[in-house]
Amino acid sequence: MLEAHGVVKRFGHVEALRGADFTARKGEVTALIGDNGAGKSTLVKVLAGAQPHDEGAVLVDGREIRFASPLDARRAGVETVYQDLAVADDLSVAANLYLGREIPLGGPLGRLGLLDKRAMRRGAAEALAELGVRIPRVTTPIAMLSGGQRQCVAVARAVIWASNVVILDEPTAALGVVQTARVLEVVARAREEGMSVVLVSHNMPQVLEIADRVEVMRLGRRTARFKAADVTTDDLVAAMTGALVTEPEDAELG
Amino acid sequence: MTALERDAGVQGRLGAWVSERVSVAVSEFTAAAALVVLFVALSLASPNFLTADNLFNIGSQTAVIAIIAVAQTMVIITKGIDLSVGSTAALAGVMAAIVVRDLGVSVWTAALVAIAVGAACGLVNGLLVSVVRLPPFIATLGTMSAGRGLVFIVTGAVGVYSLPESFQLLGNGQIGGVPFAIVVTALVALAVGYLLSQSRFGQHVYAMGSNLEAARRAGIAVRRKLTAVYVLAGALVGLGGVIAASRVNSGQPNYGIGLELDAIAAAVIGGASLFGGQGRIAGTLIGAFLIALVRNGSVLLGISIHYQQVIVGLIIWAAVAFDQFRRRRLEARG
Repeated sequence: MLEAHGVVKRFGHVEALRGADFTARKGEVTALIGDNGAGKSTLVKVLAGAQPHDEGAVLVDGREIRFASPLDARRAGVETVYQDLAVADDLSVAANLYLGREIPLGGPLGRLGLLDKRAMRRGAAEALAELGVRIPRVTTPIAMLSGGQRQCVAVARAVIWASNVVILDEPTAALGVVQTARVLEVVARAREEGMSVVLVSHNMPQVLEIADRVEVMRLGRRTARFKAADVTTDDLVAAMTGALVTEPEDAELG
Repeated sequence: MTALERDAGVQGRLGAWVSERVSVAVSEFTAAAALVVLFVALSLASPNFLTADNLFNIGSQTAVIAIIAVAQTMVIITKGIDLSVGSTAALAGVMAAIVVRDLGVSVWTAALVAIAVGAACGLVNGLLVSVVRLPPFIATLGTMSAGRGLVFIVTGAVGVYSLPESFQLLGNGQIGGVPFAIVVTALVALAVGYLLSQSRFGQHVYAMGSNLEAARRAGIAVRRKLTAVYVLAGALVGLGGVIAASRVNSGQPNYGIGLELDAIAAAVIGGASLFGGQGRIAGTLIGAFLIALVRNGSVLLGISIHYQQVIVGLIIWAAVAFDQFRRRRLEARG
């Protein structure tokens, strides 16, 4: 479970987040929506450990955590897929999945820094198969993959390593219908595995299709939260533009 | 999934597999093929070419440029470039010569001094690139100029002579009939090749050159590792510099002017990409030998040195144009 309470983030004189709250529960997909400039990306960066916040608190499983770097977030079991993916095009799929977490060879060679490439290839193939991600071969460089396949690899990497939270920033923005469906399948797997999934998206029908809950941001704050089953696209748009404000207590949401 | 889709999928996979295999090896293969063709042609054209003496001579001549090209390759893979290799090699060479002349140390101690001097130049480059965040071109351009100035200051712009015979061991000595310089080059190439292709450090070097932000987010200490690449490259350049000095048994302040271009050419001909993330030591060695063969063959065939320059230029154009073509095709797929 991932929570943010009263998070403030300033850039010079600009307050990007003015006391933002956020909750993502275990085994659920929580969509984070809002108009451009509402503070979604900033909140995502704070939750992912990419930017420290100025005030407020971020809690993972009820424990307050201050992320000094993305590495801290990773240690807390929080993995993020950014809009720009952050994959290394020249490296193979397997190398990308294990980037920064390579498996060393056993024995003295491993202590010298030599890698067990076979184990990484095998591990990557197994993990991708388990998530239902289809790519030609794990030795293929990322540059050779289609946009959808890359996205699936990036999402898969997050899901494989996350133990608590997966944050996805616009994971399907540039994809076609079939590719989008593939990525959403992987997202659904993460939910089944009991993780808290945070999905930033502009695609309202998609949000209602995949998300369990929706949290709406406006002007650096959360202004509304819904159960996805209870609302329509019109409600979400109304909330994003400020026409609808609703901040029910957790108990009311059930 | 319809049958049509499935077919397209299979075809796409097969196509991807084929072009993946081909594209990884193709620039190396082309360069190797050019090397073989040139080798055979020179053997037929000149009776003096295919002799042990001449081949060892080529090997020794290539040793320095090959070691420095290996260093250059590491830097190029990180999306960097090292223009300071010529100055660094000269500084390392004259410092080695000076400590031998003035302190009477052995050639091995002198080699360590040269490697340390090279590593220090590399450290300057590395800190300028990773901490001060200068573009590698500018950082190493400054080191190139400052380093050359330093060479002239410490030598008073005259060569360092009166060295003992023993100083020549590194550049002109032999082990079991094989020139020492060739053995050293082979060991360096093997070690760096292994480091790049099999180690965690190597994996991170490719990752940083491919996408620095991705490497950072993956928790790689990019500043430290980028600096380490330049330090290691500098140390190798220092080694190359002392071998070069040993070959002429003196420290030459003018040594290595234009050497950076040969080193870059060797790396690029061998398939290293100036856009980062790609390059292999085997390819760089092929590139270095190709350039050396063009030089040596031209001498044997009595072709003017001016034409040699033109030929090397043509090879560089062809190699980089090919790399661009390949990249564009890759991007068109993605």
